[in-house]
Amino acid sequence: MEMYRQAKWDEPLIFELSKPGRIGYTMPEPIEDVEVRIPEGLVRKELNLPELSEPEVVRHYTHLSEMNYGVDSGIYPLGSCTMKYNPKINEEIAGHPKVAFIHPYQDERTVQGALQIMWELEQWLKEITGMDRFTLQPAAGANGEFTGVMIIRAYHMDRGDTKRTEILVPDSAHGTNPASAAMAGFKVVEIPSNEQGMVDLDALESALSERTAGLMLTNPNTLGIFEEDILRIAEMVHEAGGLLYYDGANLNGILGRVRPGDMGFDIVHLNLHKTFSTPHGGGGPGSGPVGVKDFLKEYLPVPVVEFDGERYYLNYDLPKSIGKVKEFYGNFSVMVRALVYLKIMGREGLKEAGEIAVLNANYLTQKLKGTRGYGLPHKELRKHEVVFSAEPMKKETGVSALDVAKRLLDHGLHAPTIYFPLIVHEALMIEPTESATKEELDYYVSVLKKISEEAYTEPEKVKGAPYNTAVKRVDDVLATKRPIITWRMYRELREKGEVDF
Amino acid sequence: MGKHYIPNSAHKGEMLEEIGFSSTEELFSDVPRGVLKEFSLPEGKSEYEVFLEMNRILEKNRTVLEMPSFLGAGTYFHYIPAHVKYLIERSEFLTAYTPYQPEISQGMLQALFEYQSLIGELVGLEVVNASMYDWGSALGEAARMAARFTKKSRFIVPKALSPEKRMTLETYVEGAGIEIEYIPWDEKGQVDIEKLKESVEGAAGVYVEVPNFFGLIEEQVRAIGEIAHDAKALFIVGADPTSLGILEAPGNYGADIAIGEAAFFGNPMNFGGPRAGFFAVRNDKKLIRQMPGRIIGMTKDKEGRRAFVMALQTREQHIRRAKATSNICSNEALVAVAAAIHLATLGPKGLKKLGEVILKNTAYFKKRMGDVGKMPFDGINFKDVPVGFEIPYDVIHERLLERGIHGGYYLGKHFPELGESALFAVTETTRKEWVDGLVSALGEIINEAEL
Repeated sequence: MEMYRQAKWDEPLIFELSKPGRIGYTMPEPIEDVEVRIPEGLVRKELNLPELSEPEVVRHYTHLSEMNYGVDSGIYPLGSCTMKYNPKINEEIAGHPKVAFIHPYQDERTVQGALQIMWELEQWLKEITGMDRFTLQPAAGANGEFTGVMIIRAYHMDRGDTKRTEILVPDSAHGTNPASAAMAGFKVVEIPSNEQGMVDLDALESALSERTAGLMLTNPNTLGIFEEDILRIAEMVHEAGGLLYYDGANLNGILGRVRPGDMGFDIVHLNLHKTFSTPHGGGGPGSGPVGVKDFLKEYLPVPVVEFDGERYYLNYDLPKSIGKVKEFYGNFSVMVRALVYLKIMGREGLKEAGEIAVLNANYLTQKLKGTRGYGLPHKELRKHEVVFSAEPMKKETGVSALDVAKRLLDHGLHAPTIYFPLIVHEALMIEPTESATKEELDYYVSVLKKISEEAYTEPEKVKGAPYNTAVKRVDDVLATKRPIITWRMYRELREKGEVDF
Repeated sequence: MGKHYIPNSAHKGEMLEEIGFSSTEELFSDVPRGVLKEFSLPEGKSEYEVFLEMNRILEKNRTVLEMPSFLGAGTYFHYIPAHVKYLIERSEFLTAYTPYQPEISQGMLQALFEYQSLIGELVGLEVVNASMYDWGSALGEAARMAARFTKKSRFIVPKALSPEKRMTLETYVEGAGIEIEYIPWDEKGQVDIEKLKESVEGAAGVYVEVPNFFGLIEEQVRAIGEIAHDAKALFIVGADPTSLGILEAPGNYGADIAIGEAAFFGNPMNFGGPRAGFFAVRNDKKLIRQMPGRIIGMTKDKEGRRAFVMALQTREQHIRRAKATSNICSNEALVAVAAAIHLATLGPKGLKKLGEVILKNTAYFKKRMGDVGKMPFDGINFKDVPVGFEIPYDVIHERLLERGIHGGYYLGKHFPELGESALFAVTETTRKEWVDGLVSALGEIINEAEL
């Protein structure tokens, strides 16, 4: 079996590369050499930044990039993250000077192109989700969730329904759901899942009350399972007077086939950096548009983009708006990328993407199923992702989900999401996306099988993984026990002789 | 229709058969029939057609390269050295997710650690997170953190605050029941110290910006910090990082938390986003425990070599869920790395020079604008300068635009007490002929109006 080798540079910190006197950039001179006196006590005294020339900066960051793994490096089946291929044309258009060099406060007549892009994107998202109006302002999924729950809050308050203080969240939900609800001031009530891995309707029934503000649901859920009772769930929540919120993290599993709006959802957030192919940049920027049904549109953040048939403009006149969740209009250059993707894919392409994402996940499920050490709890038919459990392996060999993940890295394969959702012990949450080839899926399965063999024959080998990456297994406990967060902290500890690395 | 992104489109039948499914429809047999739908969307297009179409749409924008612009008010035209863009577009950075697997993500982790370190040096504080969405959301998080830390629920900010930040802050604190109190400005356009003293009792935090929204350097910032601390409130400083080569580090005048906009480095304006808020605190265990956002730490691997990893995660939503310090998950990592690359490129001399050039250009701008407008405040401006006019600003704006110049940000809407004035901004990118052209255009416009 082929082995992978990641670049392994002993790359110092940029501060350690500093050589006094070097400069990396030549600044233009001031218009006029006016003397300006800064108030006493506010003059900068000391500035410990590194001093490097431009080629040294470029080499440093090139070395660092070589010690990083992205979608362009290989399969990246991180569950619930939808790490699909990010088309290069997205970058080409997003890097256009007509995107980069416009100021958000420019006269609307000078940014008609930008506003048109936002308006067009909104039209696509409305049809894809079955919603009536969108804000593109949220910077990421969690920022979108916060927007959504604030809208729920504003809606109930506006109706004088002030006792609705609870948001229901299934136990399989992303951590951001309860965190966002709590940020908006709600009490979070957890709903258990049933044996099939879906919302337990009896538990839901008993949790619903006149205190229920809404239910946040991911569908397909984080197990990759479609909530078959969704229409009944929507009915129950609405009957209780609550609103139904759709977490769009897993939209790829039903893309082009099913719309949250048709399943009874009132509010939706999407992740353009998941479903619509914008790159995730090692943690961000993302973009988390929020869509609502007609009766909620006046609560959206300001401004929204309008089109009167001739010109595009920003509308701040939403008296019931929740305000703003971020400065300006959102992560504009991310929106540009998403629109490029949507225009290329079109109706059929989006449907195909969703369909192949689901085919790939089920293909992998069926191929891996039955392999010693990996359990497959809950029902078999999945959408875009599947969650296996390494619990049998852990019990029988001591090899954990974490060890399996690390051993995958040795083969040039990104690990699945692990230990999530919390309701599956030793979870391995795999989302191949539609970008994976059949050979990659076969290889992924064969490596997981090989790791299973290793676990039962030479477990220490798996527990010692990885071996072929830039560094060996990283001590994350130490990082929390004795935090070193900046060069400043590091320097101090090193001077005291408390670190030797 | 983008099949060129979907390799297994060519193997559907074969793969279905291998796993015992008869059709793709069977993969969706768990979906209630009633909700399956044919979407009404345009057909897909070739990459070339979309390339043309997007270029046509974008042609409608006029950039600051095509017309001198004096817009600022929280977003500025800075020049970004070309190599920054090439480096952050390295696929391995660009297409990675959050570094959950540190062993194959050392590049991004080290780059973020260096970002934290560079910001730490700038603001003079030891602990920095790996970014918030922007300055405004960083302010919202700082207010929430101050309330958690002090168990008080009033937060003090200057009235001279960008409407973007004010509105973001208000949304962020609503659910936590935090009341925002706005301190007016004095005759110098700076925080009214006496008013602050009257209100500070019982406050969770006091926030001040250097320079403030009017571009003025707050001269009494040390005193403000002392007033906050005497009242046992946290002292939070918002700093424009491009000023920190010439202005004292907030950590050196008492800041417990420093926030600001990292995207002023390394990132173009992009119509306002993406951006990245920086968030730094003193090295105090109690403060660190209350921090929002991801934090990258240095540690070692099992062979004792230096390595980097996400640290202190028990504060975060994926572990603490409803009790997390913030809901943030995706942040603005690549924006932060771009900022770090730009900062490392500038170095201490470059950053100092940047600050000096902006300060001098702003001074030149003020000197020239004195001929055509009135500056309501006497002080030292960095980038932004409010200018008042005798005639309605929308007339001035219109006439300037006709002459191919974009004027400033109208202040009358959010700050009616300033009358017909606008906030003009200058940076190191501003050219002499732009300023001179603006002043002569304004002279003409005012003359025309008087006739």
